[in-house]
Amino acid sequence: MDRGIRGASLDAGDPPERLNGGNRHAGPAPMNFDFSEEQKLLRTTAHDYLEDRAPLGLARSILESDATMSRELWAGVAEMGWLGAVIPESWGGGGFGHAELALIAEELGRTLAPIPFVTSAAVAEAILLAGTGDQKDRYLPGFASGDRIGTLALAEGRGVVRPENVRAQLPAGGALTGTKIGAPDGASANLALVLARDDADRPVLALAELEGVARTAEASIDPSRPSAGFAFDNSPAEPLGGEDEDGWSLLRRVLDRAAVLASFEQLGTAQRAFDLTREQILDRHAFGRPIGSFQAIKHRMADLYATLEIARSNCWFAAWALANDDPGLALAACTARVAATEACIEASVEMVQLFGGAGFTWELDCHLFYRRARNLALALGPAAEWRDRLVDCLSADPGIGPSAAAEPAAVG
Amino acid sequence: MDFNDTPAEARFRAETRAFLERHTEPLAPGASPAGPFIGDDREAVRRSRDWQALKFDHGWACLTWPTEYGGRGLGPMEQVIWTQEELRRRTPINIFTIGIGMLGPTLMKHGTEAQKTRHLRKMARGDEVWCQLFSEPGAGSDVAGLATRARRDGRDWILDGQKAWNTGAHFCKWGIIIVRTDPSVPKHRGLTCFIVDMESDGIDIRPIRQMDGGSGFNDVFFSGVRVPDANRVGAVDDGWRVAITTLMNERAAIGARGMAGFGPADLVRLAREAEGPRGKAIEDSTVRERIADFHVRAAGLRYTTYRTLTALSRGETPGPENSIHKLVGSPLRQQMATLGVELQGLAGAVMDPDYGAQAAWLAAPGMRLAGGTDEIMRNIIAERVLGLPAEPRVDKDLPFAAMRRNRA
Repeated sequence: MDRGIRGASLDAGDPPERLNGGNRHAGPAPMNFDFSEEQKLLRTTAHDYLEDRAPLGLARSILESDATMSRELWAGVAEMGWLGAVIPESWGGGGFGHAELALIAEELGRTLAPIPFVTSAAVAEAILLAGTGDQKDRYLPGFASGDRIGTLALAEGRGVVRPENVRAQLPAGGALTGTKIGAPDGASANLALVLARDDADRPVLALAELEGVARTAEASIDPSRPSAGFAFDNSPAEPLGGEDEDGWSLLRRVLDRAAVLASFEQLGTAQRAFDLTREQILDRHAFGRPIGSFQAIKHRMADLYATLEIARSNCWFAAWALANDDPGLALAACTARVAATEACIEASVEMVQLFGGAGFTWELDCHLFYRRARNLALALGPAAEWRDRLVDCLSADPGIGPSAAAEPAAVG
Repeated sequence: MDFNDTPAEARFRAETRAFLERHTEPLAPGASPAGPFIGDDREAVRRSRDWQALKFDHGWACLTWPTEYGGRGLGPMEQVIWTQEELRRRTPINIFTIGIGMLGPTLMKHGTEAQKTRHLRKMARGDEVWCQLFSEPGAGSDVAGLATRARRDGRDWILDGQKAWNTGAHFCKWGIIIVRTDPSVPKHRGLTCFIVDMESDGIDIRPIRQMDGGSGFNDVFFSGVRVPDANRVGAVDDGWRVAITTLMNERAAIGARGMAGFGPADLVRLAREAEGPRGKAIEDSTVRERIADFHVRAAGLRYTTYRTLTALSRGETPGPENSIHKLVGSPLRQQMATLGVELQGLAGAVMDPDYGAQAAWLAAPGMRLAGGTDEIMRNIIAERVLGLPAEPRVDKDLPFAAMRRNRA
């Protein structure tokens, strides 16, 4: 739980000192950099629950049907209290913190759960972060119960979303008009966080109910988590948090927080792909021995293992930064997002390759991972965008980033 | 999750600081801790030994060693705390890593009582410095294929051959050497370990000149070097077991010991200053992309260290998964230094004192080779962490004498 995580007070300066709580000149301290026993127990519960309710076959069944998500699993995770994990009790949620939410996301990633958990959590997070009292009262109970499913309606065309290429309009006190595409999990959502411009041409982040809005079904690369487009036409919408918020910087803050959760989902997916690949190369024989005994394959697995561990460590740190609302959250989120995207994409690509010809068939699950990994990599904006933002964070304060000097010495 | 010492760790840290503050100066802001030993600086060796003796006399040397050999019998966590604190102070270079970190534990496990009594305290105090004589020109990653011979002569052994990549032979009193005593059996079975006096007749030490111009290592030639049987460590022809102990200690070497170097922050500074194709280099998307990926790996290694320290703090032993530090860190340094050189345009062809990118670039290949190559690290991870099968070995049952070998 957040309150269970003792937060070191962080001030700017060199990172070892920043991280050492009250011990400002201590240098990198030994530490308790791990999830608590309670948090691990929650993860185990989530793991067991999903093993039972959401085997990989569930993702496949959505992929092969017209359904956009598993309503049954959604109802189940709502019942488990996961949807309202970080929503205060007064709005029907409660009990957990962001570290727990991240661990749940990781387990959902492991099973390729066909539900819009992280996307919807991102919208709930936005409302928690910046919503007016009225917006919180109106929407948060629905997010906690599962009646509300959120999506991010940002893109209008190909390429990266920037304030200057947004055409959707939301005049002050008016209605929303404009077309959005590629909204992640958009086919299942009933509330959108929309990036638009106000009548002074300033970016504004708005909440728009999707009931009555024309929705375009998109032939998603990952039909187990299909996206959608929306045509808003004088549709009801209101700025998140009122008229005064700068929509663009608010969006960045929302995306940073969402990225931490998404990174954990990616990490879970990557680890599962890796585990299944490892089993395969131990089992599959060629030239008289397991293919996992060839260095051509072992070395790639070793590199992939390293990529995964680097991603895991970055994810953990980002979870800590999120749970403690650390000033270094933006950099930590970018770092985790880039690392987890790389791990997830590489693990899924290697999975298809190392399964050989069978890996390219519809019948095997490799393509579920290949599709999902790319879907997750795009959902909050592509890695190129996050790398760019990462360097902005570093460049704003190069002293903030750890250097390679962190590496323990190799002796001899 | 938090980043604080346990109360016991905090107490130990305070004691450590009190000692260090009494005897050393703080490191100047931005200064790097003393790096690895390079070259033939007798004065640096003397300072290093004086500092070691001072630590020993006050009970701060060899914290994890048993008290009977001059240690304190403490755990690896205390060792990490000590190292962290020592690195914050201005202290001499450390020339004892191989002896105290690897060879001492090897002697404790395999040495005779007489050997332990004679050597360990002197080693701990730095009165006698030790070196390791394993690698040969013909045997690197496959060190069990080594060819230096020892033949029996009464109560002595006579050594002939060549060792390579030795650190410190020119200022060391003692070495631990692995030699071949029986070439008629497969390679792992015919090896024996000895303690060798580096001042013996017949030893010729010559520095190896590295590709970056430095000389941190030696070739050591043995011709008819006489070693008493009392200096044998472990049984005759059982030297591989002894060597494994040393190598395990090498790979388990852990701590927050930083290797200062050219890193992501340097690249950001340099890219802000240097011109790129469209304004400053920092505006170039390819440059940004590379810096971002470097940062991801550097930060990931740092936080992986936190995980390792957490395990240590709980009394767990870090395993072979620790190999990712070297596997990720060494190519990372090379790639960062390479970008540092590239960013400078034509000026990159000139050794640059401000950033040190060229020097880092020239030194970088060595890090990918020393202490287990990238390829060996991948094998360790694949076999010991992931449980993948070893490659079949064609020389497994072959007598050493019948093996196809490199020319020495």
